Amino acid sequence: MHPAYSVIAFTTASGAGYGLLIALAVAAGFNLVPRTPTFGFVGLGLALALITVGLLASTAHLGRPERAWRALSQWRSSWLSREGIAALVTYLPAGALGLGWVFGEAVPGQIVTAAWLSAPCALATIWCTAMIYGSLPTIRAWNQPLVAPVYLVLALATGSVLLTFLLTAFGYEARWAAAASLLALAGGWILKSRYWLVIDTAKKTYTAEAATGLGRFGAVRPLDPPHTQPNFVMREMGYQVARRHAEKLRRLSAVTLFAVPIAAGILLLLLQLLLQFLLLNLPNFIQIALAALAVLSAAVGVLIERWLFFAEAEHVVVLYYRGGTV
Amino acid sequence: MTSLPDHTEKKLGLVIDLDTCVGCHACATSCKEWNAGGYSAPLTDQDAHGSDPHGAWLNRVHSYEVGAGPQSRTVHFPRSCLHCETPACVTVCPTGASYKRAEDGIVLVNPDTCIGCKLCSWACPYGAREYDYDDGVMKKCTLCVDRIYNETIEPVDRVPACVRACPTGARHFGDLGDPDSAVSRLVKEREGFDLLPEMGYGPVNKYLPPRPRRDESSKPAWSAKEQPAAPDPSSLADRLFAWADKTLTR
Repeated sequence: MHPAYSVIAFTTASGAGYGLLIALAVAAGFNLVPRTPTFGFVGLGLALALITVGLLASTAHLGRPERAWRALSQWRSSWLSREGIAALVTYLPAGALGLGWVFGEAVPGQIVTAAWLSAPCALATIWCTAMIYGSLPTIRAWNQPLVAPVYLVLALATGSVLLTFLLTAFGYEARWAAAASLLALAGGWILKSRYWLVIDTAKKTYTAEAATGLGRFGAVRPLDPPHTQPNFVMREMGYQVARRHAEKLRRLSAVTLFAVPIAAGILLLLLQLLLQFLLLNLPNFIQIALAALAVLSAAVGVLIERWLFFAEAEHVVVLYYRGGTV
Repeated sequence: MTSLPDHTEKKLGLVIDLDTCVGCHACATSCKEWNAGGYSAPLTDQDAHGSDPHGAWLNRVHSYEVGAGPQSRTVHFPRSCLHCETPACVTVCPTGASYKRAEDGIVLVNPDTCIGCKLCSWACPYGAREYDYDDGVMKKCTLCVDRIYNETIEPVDRVPACVRACPTGARHFGDLGDPDSAVSRLVKEREGFDLLPEMGYGPVNKYLPPRPRRDESSKPAWSAKEQPAAPDPSSLADRLFAWADKTLTR
């Protein structure tokens, strides 16, 4: 599948934004972070900015973005429609959480209530995004039960890495956030490795012989193409990435998305424990540098991971053009 | 509304005979010609006179080599929307622009509400939907919905443009939901088949397989003697022709 930059930006930015929103909501729900207006403004502002930029990027993929509002009508059958509705609904509790946090609660319990409403809404939105891809039987690499869990855990991982950075930048207690990000990153690494193994070993079930129904006469080989230049179907669905390049990019993505942020998180926690034992304080700039390294590395990694998610996915329709199996 | 109708009164569709299709692309060009002006207008092309010409077409003709040895054959294979009974292209549509008509089963796109998200093309295993890069919406076979019910044209023309254009009669149009219709009987008689039935989309269009080849094993093998002989420099006639050729080309 053609890896459109708009869709890569949409899924990664909104994923990190919803992940950060969930992390902030849980933190606010359990009263783990100071409820200072500045932190609320920066934290929720960043989460909502990432979500909004992502959603706007997704409209760049549309031929008629001015009609995007129509996408809210078919939630009964369409995951894309459900995603749009879930995204809009999430703004309500997230907005209430932000307003309460920054300007003070208008009604008692506003922050906690809004926090506990924001988290499930954000989770549902990420799930719907993943199911847009996961529900398509035409693309074997996407029609896998692991697709939605991977989207979910990667959103939580990138979001919690961001929260760790924000907390350290503000000089707040970040150990629990760092520990949570380590869990999410490790979980992401396990699930993503498992996903890559599954798509590499799953049996290719569709053949050119089945696609044309001509298998009874023998092997089917494309002879003359229907057109001389690639049409929309080939431009959109016929994208191919060399196996060698994909393997390199997978390794690069595993290192940048998982290994480096995990190493940075462990180093951060270990240094803090060691210095606490020696009754010294870890200089804040070292903590910020480690947390920033984790953010930058995870950002590069998740972009590569998402690019591969599209580029490596093969669509059944290529059988008509290239023959072989999918 | 992208939820599918429980039942369609008719199942209008095409039956394509892979035995008699000669791969002339008349169905594809007449489809493009009709639909560039009808329901699907505009049906645009990009870089039409440049080095990368491409555009939205609703019908494409592939040619395949099938099998090996004396029984191998070339099969021309027109590919267009199959107007499936459970088309995922319709159910994934977020706007309701894609729909399946309850009265005749035709799958259509409303060009006024389509947002051009292309998800329907991802959901279709048959590559039936093409994005119109200039119009910003999806285009697909309409089964010439603007011809088949059109009382302003001759009754003989009230079939899809591809069916009307086919010079070998390899394309048939009718109600595949009616077991007594001509197309249903043809499918039964010739053992017509579905494309990728295991995907579960329930395609309405059917394909008729190529007929078995004649047994030509008793026929004498083709011989080089049947070739026209090469010019012989010792023959007076051949020398005369060579002289005439040389003189005339001077």
